[in-house]
Amino acid sequence: MTPDNQYDYRAVKGFAISSLFWGVVGLLVGILISIQLVFPSFNFTPWLTYGRLRPLHTNAVIYGFTVPAAFALFFYLVQRLGRTHLAFPGLAQATLYLFNVAIVLAALSLFAGMSQSKEYSELEWPLDIGVAILWVMFSINIIGTIMKRKEEQMYVSLWYILATVVGVALVYIGNNISVPVSLFKSYSIYAGANDANVQWWFGHNAVAFVFTTLPLAVFYYILPKATNAPLYSHRLSIIGFWSLVFAYLWTGAHHLIYTPLPDWIQTVAIAFSLFLIAPSWASVINGYGTMNGQWEQMRSNYLVKFIVLGITFYGMQTLQGPSQAVRTFSALIHYTDWVPGHVHMGTLGWVTMTISAGLYYMIPRIYNTEVYSVKLANLHFWLVLIGQLIYSVTMWINGIRQGAMWQALDKDGSLVYANFMQTLAPNYPFWNMRTVGGIIFFAGFMVFVYNIYKTIKTAPVPQRV
Amino acid sequence: MNVDKRPVIFIILATLTILVGTLLTTFIPLFVGTAMPSLEKVIPYKPLEVEGRDIYIREGCNNCHTQTVRPLPFETARYGAPSKLEESAIDRPHLWGSKRTGPDLARVGTRYPAAWHYMHLKDPRSMYRDSNMPAYAWLNDRKLDTAYTEKKMHVLDYPYTAEDVQALTGKTEMDALVAYLVRLGRELKQ
Repeated sequence: MTPDNQYDYRAVKGFAISSLFWGVVGLLVGILISIQLVFPSFNFTPWLTYGRLRPLHTNAVIYGFTVPAAFALFFYLVQRLGRTHLAFPGLAQATLYLFNVAIVLAALSLFAGMSQSKEYSELEWPLDIGVAILWVMFSINIIGTIMKRKEEQMYVSLWYILATVVGVALVYIGNNISVPVSLFKSYSIYAGANDANVQWWFGHNAVAFVFTTLPLAVFYYILPKATNAPLYSHRLSIIGFWSLVFAYLWTGAHHLIYTPLPDWIQTVAIAFSLFLIAPSWASVINGYGTMNGQWEQMRSNYLVKFIVLGITFYGMQTLQGPSQAVRTFSALIHYTDWVPGHVHMGTLGWVTMTISAGLYYMIPRIYNTEVYSVKLANLHFWLVLIGQLIYSVTMWINGIRQGAMWQALDKDGSLVYANFMQTLAPNYPFWNMRTVGGIIFFAGFMVFVYNIYKTIKTAPVPQRV
Repeated sequence: MNVDKRPVIFIILATLTILVGTLLTTFIPLFVGTAMPSLEKVIPYKPLEVEGRDIYIREGCNNCHTQTVRPLPFETARYGAPSKLEESAIDRPHLWGSKRTGPDLARVGTRYPAAWHYMHLKDPRSMYRDSNMPAYAWLNDRKLDTAYTEKKMHVLDYPYTAEDVQALTGKTEMDALVAYLVRLGRELKQ
């Protein structure tokens, strides 16, 4: 009997497949809303208008794709790194079913326009309670498995997993406290500037704990496994971890620069945003250091391509983000397309590449097989890389153009482009390019799904003992 | 102390680390009222405006329109005076937004009359050929659901009269949304 048979992978498999399914849905909605921005006739019915679908897109890729990918990978990692069986396999199965029910209800409610309006926090209060229950169920398994681990030392991936468990719970609950009016409607208990401040404390730390600590947990595990080289510096990962989870929580108000929120809160957020470069780059340096003497694997090892490009985009993201927090640059690019360009470098470049590496590594191992096609994995890599670069670069250029046109003043202080439509019409070619980038990315993702599907399909049927 | 061998202590330490910035920049300012101005000059929402605001939220208008004017010369030239803390002080939730696919709406009520909004919402491209805003003509066909209006006013703690509620009879969702848009920029007593 191989040691693998002692682990419980049922929920791991279910969450991995759920993640890919909702990922496809989320990306398709993304392509549709990208088309709608150029062709308003694609707003078919009230249920399919841009204003309702944009939250559906963000919620589907965050809570439908990224979160269940983490459930799958984290349930795998806590077992492997603890050398022990999942603490509560039955609970994990229940989490899986409840999760998929919740996502279906979430999608329906967003179609119907039930929204709290706060970004990434749109779901109404009954679903928020569902999310909280799911998170508790998930956390019990993670913490329970770590408690009964047989490996005394917790590897750095487990730290990031625990930070994700705690952090998501705090910010999600903190931002969603509201007073219900009916089953489908509630009002935030916070008002005005305070509501905005709480929202972006949540918003930026959803980035911290879903798009940063979550993929970092995967990154720190997969990188040494894929390269077969030891982690460059354990000390650096300790310093990086604690300074990251300390500093992130101070930075939310950089989303509120030049709003009526008191200036000192904005300034503190800007300062901490700049500081965040250090702990972020601790992981980048750890990644590149581990690659020292192994760089030829960038040619020969498809897992290394995903993980190294992923950490490279993380590095660029964590330089670009802080620079956006600086007042002068914020004045130019805030509210423009630059911001979705930035977000998609992080989500498509860093998060999805890292999750892809994680699933490519894990799926063949839990099914006792090899990946179906390395060729297809390489094709997947190039398509998502090209699609994402087209998306981000196009949006950065367009964002600067928008910002520059909004800013343009005559010598006498009057607006050069006084009619907003003069600044909107030039978006269209850029937005069409974005759709093209999105479709290429989607094609790459479908290659990924197919490759995973065939890997599972061609796996040997397990023998019952 | 090896915190990486003690998960419970690790979780407690991580939670405390997360709470420092959380409390100092978000929740302590909230409780000491740092971002809470005097409400003396704020005009409360009428029931019709509350219902209109809820339609604005339901349709996700905030995905493309901000409601905050920055204190920058090019911004005030386009949208008017910088937004003040008072103007959104009673807003639950806030609707400042994060993206301007369309223009800022913080003062849109002072720029166009109700009739303009009816025409524009019904068919944006009849007024701006290059506009990409979805048409909301169907809001004209939907009677305003007032089942929860009074409960909303209670929860939000806005004062109202029987006539205010009476005024909702026969209104469409379009009427409510326009009533809300016309209020934007008129939050404060002169």
